[in-house]
This record gives sequence, C-alpha cells and structure tokens, in this order.
Amino acid sequence: MLYREAGQFKTSYSADQAMLTIPLDRVFVVGLTIFAIVGIPLLASEYLIASILIPVLILSIAALGLNILTGYCGQLSLGTGAFMAAGAYLAYKIATNITWMPIWIVIPLAGLCAAAIGIAFGLPSLRIKGFYLAVATLAAQFFLLWLFVKVPWFVNYSISGVPTAPPRSVLGFDVTGATATNEAKYLFVLAFVIALAWIARNMARSRIGRSWMAIRDMDIAAELIGIRPLPTKLSAFAISSFYCGVAGALWAMCYINTVEPTAFDINRSFQVLFMVIVGGLGSVLGSFLGAAFIFLLPIFLNSAPGWFGYTVAGDTITHIEFMLFGALIIFFLIVEPHGLARLWQIAKEKLRLWPFPY
Amino acid sequence: MSRPGDILLSVKDISLRFGGVRALTDVSFDIREGEIFAIIGPNGAGKSSMLNCINGFYHPQEGTITFKGTQRRQMRPHEAAAQGISRTFQNIALFKGMTTLENVMTGRMLKMRASLAEQAFYIGRGRQEEIAHREKVEEVIDFLEIQAIRKTPVGRLPYGLQKRVELARALAAEPELLLLDEPMAGMNVEEKEDMCRFVLSTNHELGTTIALIEHDMGVVMDLSDRVVVLDYGKKLAEGTPDEVRGNQDVIDAYLGVSHD
Repeated sequence: MLYREAGQFKTSYSADQAMLTIPLDRVFVVGLTIFAIVGIPLLASEYLIASILIPVLILSIAALGLNILTGYCGQLSLGTGAFMAAGAYLAYKIATNITWMPIWIVIPLAGLCAAAIGIAFGLPSLRIKGFYLAVATLAAQFFLLWLFVKVPWFVNYSISGVPTAPPRSVLGFDVTGATATNEAKYLFVLAFVIALAWIARNMARSRIGRSWMAIRDMDIAAELIGIRPLPTKLSAFAISSFYCGVAGALWAMCYINTVEPTAFDINRSFQVLFMVIVGGLGSVLGSFLGAAFIFLLPIFLNSAPGWFGYTVAGDTITHIEFMLFGALIIFFLIVEPHGLARLWQIAKEKLRLWPFPY
Repeated sequence: MSRPGDILLSVKDISLRFGGVRALTDVSFDIREGEIFAIIGPNGAGKSSMLNCINGFYHPQEGTITFKGTQRRQMRPHEAAAQGISRTFQNIALFKGMTTLENVMTGRMLKMRASLAEQAFYIGRGRQEEIAHREKVEEVIDFLEIQAIRKTPVGRLPYGLQKRVELARALAAEPELLLLDEPMAGMNVEEKEDMCRFVLSTNHELGTTIALIEHDMGVVMDLSDRVVVLDYGKKLAEGTPDEVRGNQDVIDAYLGVSHD
C-alpha cells in the first residue's frame, strides 16, 4: 500500500481508538466491502461464487469463532465442528417448526443455542487447561454429532436423516435451499460475515477482549487485577460457539443445502483449527486469510498441474496436500505462531523502510 | 518521618501453612493510611506469602485481615481488587501479547460497566468508557513517563520498563493500597533511582498507601515510613527504619549469629 504511517497525527483519543486509524486503510476496507457487495455479484462467475466465495466466507466465520476462543482467550478447542453442527441442526429445526420466523432471525437464534451448548462444554475449562481441555472439547465433538444422528427429533423424523434445507427468503429473494440463486446466497452470507467481523473487532478492542487476552497471557495476574476466570472463559466459549453455530447454520442452509453430520465431523474441527493457526492466532484478519488459504490450497493443487500441461493422478494430489498441510502447520507453529496476519504485518513494516534495511 | 494516619489494613495473628511447612506464624502488623510500609527479611522469610494473603491469593489458616474496617479471612483475589488493593509481582506478570496501553487499560477493568452488546457494537457506554478510561490511563502513562512505548507489545520491552508498565497497570486501578513485590529487583542504579522516584511520587501526589517488599536496604531505609522484619515466618521487629536498624534480632537474622 502506498502510504506511510508517519505524519498521521490524531488529536483525540476517540480518533486514536478508531477501528482503522489510517485514512487510507479506511478507504481500502470500505472500498473492498463495497466491491464485495456490488462488484462480486455482477462480475464473478457462478463457479467462483458458489464453490469458492460462499464456503470461504462461511469458514471465515467459523475461524473467527475459534480465534476468539483459542487465539484471544487461549483455550484450545477441537469441538468446532460440533458447535457448527449444533447451529446447523437447530437452525433447521427452528426454521421448519416456526415457519413464520424470518431466516435472518433463525440463524442468530441457532447461534444462541450453540452458544448455550458451548457454555456447557466450556465449564471444565476452569479446572483443566491446554491439551486436556482440547480432549474435553473433543468429547463435545463426538457426543453432539452422535446426538444429532441418533435423535430423529432434530431432523423432524426424516427417513433419510439428511433433510434438505428449507427455502426461505429475505426481501422477496430466496436465500436458502435449492431454489436460491448463488448471488442471493452470497449476499446473505456476506451480510453475516461483515456484521460478525465488525463485532469481533469491536470486542477485541473493548474490555471483554482485553480480559480474554489477559486470561490467555497470565491467568493468575488477570485474577489479581479483578478478572474472574470462569465468567471470562465461559463468555469466550459462548461467543465462539455462537460464531461457529452461525457458520454451521449458513453452511447447511446456503452452501450444501442439506443438514448432514458428515459436514461437521472431526475433520472440520481440524480444518478450522488449521485455518486459525495458519492465519494467525488472535487476529481477525488472520481468520480470513487462514480460511481462504486452507480452503483454496487443495483447489490450487488440483488445477495447478493443468495450467502447465501436466496431469497428476488425483490420489497423488491428495497425498501432496497432506504433506503440504503437515509441513505448513509445523512451519507456522515453529517459525511464525502468529501466522499469515503477522507475515503481512512484517511485510508492511519492511516495505515502509524499503529499500533500506532499517 | 512517621505520619499520623488511621489504620488502613490490620493483619492480626496470621498463620499460613502449606502441609507441614509453616510459611507464616502469628504475624501481626498494621498499615496506616498514607504511609510507605516495607516488609523485609531474608529469602524464604514469608514476605511474598504475606502479600499473597493480603490480596486474597492465599488463605491463611488462622488470623484475620481487616481492610478499611471490614474483617475477612477468605477472599478471592478479584474481590480484593474490587476493594482497592492492587499489586505488582516479583517476577513480572504482564500480559505479554498485549501492548503497554492495553496492559494498563486492563487495570481499569473493574471500573468499566458497559454491557456485552454495547462493547460488541462499540456504542453507548462501550465507546464512551473506552475513551474516558483512555484519558485516565494516559494520565498514568504520563505520570510514569512511558509515553513512548504506548503501542509496543510489552514482550518486546526491556526488563526495567516492563517493571514500570506493571506499576502503571496497578496504578490505573486507582488503588487505596498498593502492594509492590520487589519493585527494584534486578535493576541497575539508575533504574532503581527512577523507580524510587515513582514510588515516592505515587505516595505523595496520589496519596496511595504502599506496602513494599525489597531487598535493597538503602532503598528500604530511604523510602519507608515504617518497616516490619520477618524471619522464618515470624515477626522479628516493627518500627521506623532507624529503630529496626538498631534491633539486635534483625542484625542477627541478616548477618547470622554464632551459636556458641
């Protein structure tokens, strides 16, 4: 970006505490948002919207959710898939039983249900930490998925057990189910992404975000300055699960159009965890970068050989994918725990001084 | 230089045991409002345990602690914080992933009232409080002369500055009683002088009562109004620096005494 931070003076604390303090940053973010709302639906191909943008955006929400819990509050979780499933199944249940309720209320409501479940599974976090907590959240992953598969009430006693998403509309446009156009679905998902990303940034710069980070960095000192550990950790679990629940509901309603357990299995939990690690722990931007990177890498690997006229067998691609992911995770954990977001920041700092080394 | 003042904190017959280890045995002393009170003693004398009892991190088996007229034995640390006790640590306990500003802002945690929704949407109190408390925090930052490192992550700061940021975080809570656990440990002469200046001006300008643990006797004797000496969890002496300096038990404890 062609600007410098030097000379950007602020004369009030409210200006200094704005979300984006540099005018050009603001222009860029607003411009990007407008482009995402107006430009993409007009310009992008159906394939790009339906198969890439929608899932990446939804997974960004899930990554934001996990980042709140793991990146900001420091509580490792492997139950992301389960909380997404809770959102998906409960959104389906609510949408089909309370048919008058607009879908833009149903999805946050499903998120709230997921938040309640998140609180229940967050309770052990007061006593156990790190890997042990991760194992406890793993219990959530297996128990919840088992519950949704075994109790037919959640799917309205559908015989297949995999019901299709009900068609619902906002402002007269279908946004869920098979009848919705990709553009409408995309805009519906985008609205959630923008709102939730904005809220996440606000929380990160407010008291609640600082108390999460305090618990993450040094829980004893946090307690001694007056932060109560249990409510703080539970709020992180609740809000994280809310985000995951919304992501799960959108995944089922706007992307795969069915409510099925395989979409939310343990692999999904790991996928979102990788997104957060690769993207950057404790960074909103990192959640987006991570989601895009992890989702797009396999697609890139599949199509890249074709661009150069090679044909590579599908299973070879899958193996390369596994090796690359493994290497990347190790690389990021050792070299740059703050992920792509931090690399971006370093690049900005270096460019600011370029061509001088310091 | 003893100043008259009401008793702010009264510790009475405190005994603390960890299994068979007696960390503190029947320790009593009073801290008066507005004074600088030093707790000294050799390593392992129970000084830090005493501070931990005062701010509710340890629960003594016997004895009472009376703060501002309210007696209590069992108390959670966040309750002590809410009552106006804040502290710094012997081994720096800053939030390493956060900037100086954010660290100091956490000190204002208990004074913020905004609801989750107000914070999430950054409206109403959520926004007003961030700005109002930022002003208070900036006062503390000015006071401790750490303006230049406002936006630096504290993990990157040198040791002496980290100690200062920790003091800033404690001061941001506007405590009535400030507990300092070895504020000068590991500092060079210049940094010690700076820190002494900050401790004194905190006491004089803000009127904060200070209880500090320190090994540097020069610092202790210069700063404190009154001193209590602990050894093996027992109180050896209490009084003005001069009284304590002349006490034979204290000299024995520090220099060792021949048992023949």
